[in-house]
Amino acid sequence: MSFQETFITLNECRVRIRRQGKGTPMIYLHGADGAAMIQPFMETLAQSYDLIVPEHPGFGQSDETPWLENMHDMAYFYLDLLDHLQLPAVHLVGSSLGGWLAMEIAIRAPHRVKSMFLSAPAGVRVANDPPGDIFLWSPEQMARNLFHNQALAEKVLAIPLSEEDQNIRLKNRHTTALLAWEPRLHDPCLHKWLHRVKMPVSILWGAQDKIMPLACGEKLKFHMPHAHLQVIDQCGHLPQIEHPGVFCAAVQHNAA
Amino acid sequence: MQVILFHLMSYADLDFEATKDHETVWVNLPNKYFDPVKGHQLYNRYLDELEYGEVLGFDGVAVNEHHQTAYGLMPSPVVMASALARRTKKVKIAILGSALPLREHPITVAEEHAMIDVITGGRLISGFVRGIGAEYHTFGINPTISHDRFHEAHDLIVQAWTRPGPFSFTGRHYNLEYVNLWPRPFQNPHPPIWVPSQGSKETIDWAALPDHRYTYLQTFSPAAVVEKYLQAYRDTAQGYGYEAADSQLGWAVPVYVSDTDEQARKEAKVHFELFRNRLLKMPIEMLLPPGYTSRDSLKNLMKAKASLSQDLTIDKAIEMGMFVCGTADTVRQMLEDHWSKMHFDNLLTMMHFGSLPQDLTKRSMEMFAKDVLPHIQKLKRTEPAVALA
Repeated sequence: MSFQETFITLNECRVRIRRQGKGTPMIYLHGADGAAMIQPFMETLAQSYDLIVPEHPGFGQSDETPWLENMHDMAYFYLDLLDHLQLPAVHLVGSSLGGWLAMEIAIRAPHRVKSMFLSAPAGVRVANDPPGDIFLWSPEQMARNLFHNQALAEKVLAIPLSEEDQNIRLKNRHTTALLAWEPRLHDPCLHKWLHRVKMPVSILWGAQDKIMPLACGEKLKFHMPHAHLQVIDQCGHLPQIEHPGVFCAAVQHNAA
Repeated sequence: MQVILFHLMSYADLDFEATKDHETVWVNLPNKYFDPVKGHQLYNRYLDELEYGEVLGFDGVAVNEHHQTAYGLMPSPVVMASALARRTKKVKIAILGSALPLREHPITVAEEHAMIDVITGGRLISGFVRGIGAEYHTFGINPTISHDRFHEAHDLIVQAWTRPGPFSFTGRHYNLEYVNLWPRPFQNPHPPIWVPSQGSKETIDWAALPDHRYTYLQTFSPAAVVEKYLQAYRDTAQGYGYEAADSQLGWAVPVYVSDTDEQARKEAKVHFELFRNRLLKMPIEMLLPPGYTSRDSLKNLMKAKASLSQDLTIDKAIEMGMFVCGTADTVRQMLEDHWSKMHFDNLLTMMHFGSLPQDLTKRSMEMFAKDVLPHIQKLKRTEPAVALA
């Protein structure tokens, strides 16, 4: 089984999409680090769903585009993409920045979202509990702060970066700053419209997340009382990498 | 040549020993290390030094803008320029510069600079900068739109100074129904605009534009680098179809004068090295947030990271022409040599740096003013002869 890679040009922006599996369509919305590689958790999800893994405009091998100025633009792009792919409704799975994006999509077109799974999402802010400063950390600090299991950090740090990898890393970082520098990693208006979200919602958080504070998860639970908030121990900001089994089971439970 | 006394107003009383484990004095050095009583003395001492610059015969005095750092105590250069406006009578007052994109609305820059220009009867030199990367961390302004905001702010300010008001301004970042400046600037059409920079191509291309012709200042760099970028400015102007005047070029450099070359080095050493190796240092993520420079420049700078973070001794800095230090004769000779190669018509001397104490600063300024200043002020190229057909 392997993912099919295609490039789609939409709104004059060429985006890279990988797709695999049968069943209800599910879109994985990646975080600030992009989605350069197909990860084991994606392979697992593709066994139960028609899994679609785009690289957002401005990330990875997708184009940068002058119309992309904020997360609202990104959400409308994805609504156009659903139309383009002729998908009336999908499951959304979003990690970090991608979780924020999932909510921006869902408040605009709740009928297009069958279920929403948020893994340590950005998007809201709790005063005096700021996210980690991802823009001030060195690459080494970033790797160490991403994972609870430091063996994973060591593994990431040991991978040599090609010139192309380095370019993509700088590009992802640039687009992340464009979208999330200020207000940092959130939209102060987002929470006002979360009541529009009626589909099943599950929120997953690593107890040792050093990027997004758990207080943000609690705030989201307050604004979406029907959401299920699950905290897993021994886990940093990326449960899908540190605990793919728990992550996939939780996604499947939410998108039943 | 126009010689301007430039002050950075460092927090010279920083406890350098107690803070030595902090990677930088920018952004996150706890402000408990700032003592307001010492700050009071320093501000008044530094303003005295700038005012003394007029007595000593400098053509101008200059201040700059930096935020939340021990590197410099001037988050608002306008405050310092205002203090100088009434205490000086002849010198130009240069704000080098106001960080346009950091302002919530740049019309305030247009207004404040116009006020100083009117108060001083046209003695203002108006500098425009973007602020350094660290300031995008402290201000929260998005660095990926820094260039865009800078250009739009510039357009708004220049229009506010020159176009008859009221008129409306429509931009992506700034929008006003009524631009109608009271006061309008004293100088006509507006105060000279200077652009201090470390030599980014984007900045040089922009400053040299035929309808700009803004004076480009290379800040604290090795002489070879200064020469390279001043030449880049001249070449860029040539590419635009005109010859850059010497008055469009300037260099900001620390200077120290004492009785012998050896004594000068001995006296300046610790203060200069604190300036270079402590006050200027910061991690690359702080210096270059995403979008502050183009990604190509960013990649080049990351490759040069090792040399950026390396400590420099005073001897090496003098050898590289980053620091002009010695007897009055030595300093005069060095500056004349640099001038004869580069023909900059504006020299900004930083006579204070790091933790240099008051007595040494004053003495060095006096020796410079007596035996260097009058000579270098005379350096001037005759206008190139125009061939008659």
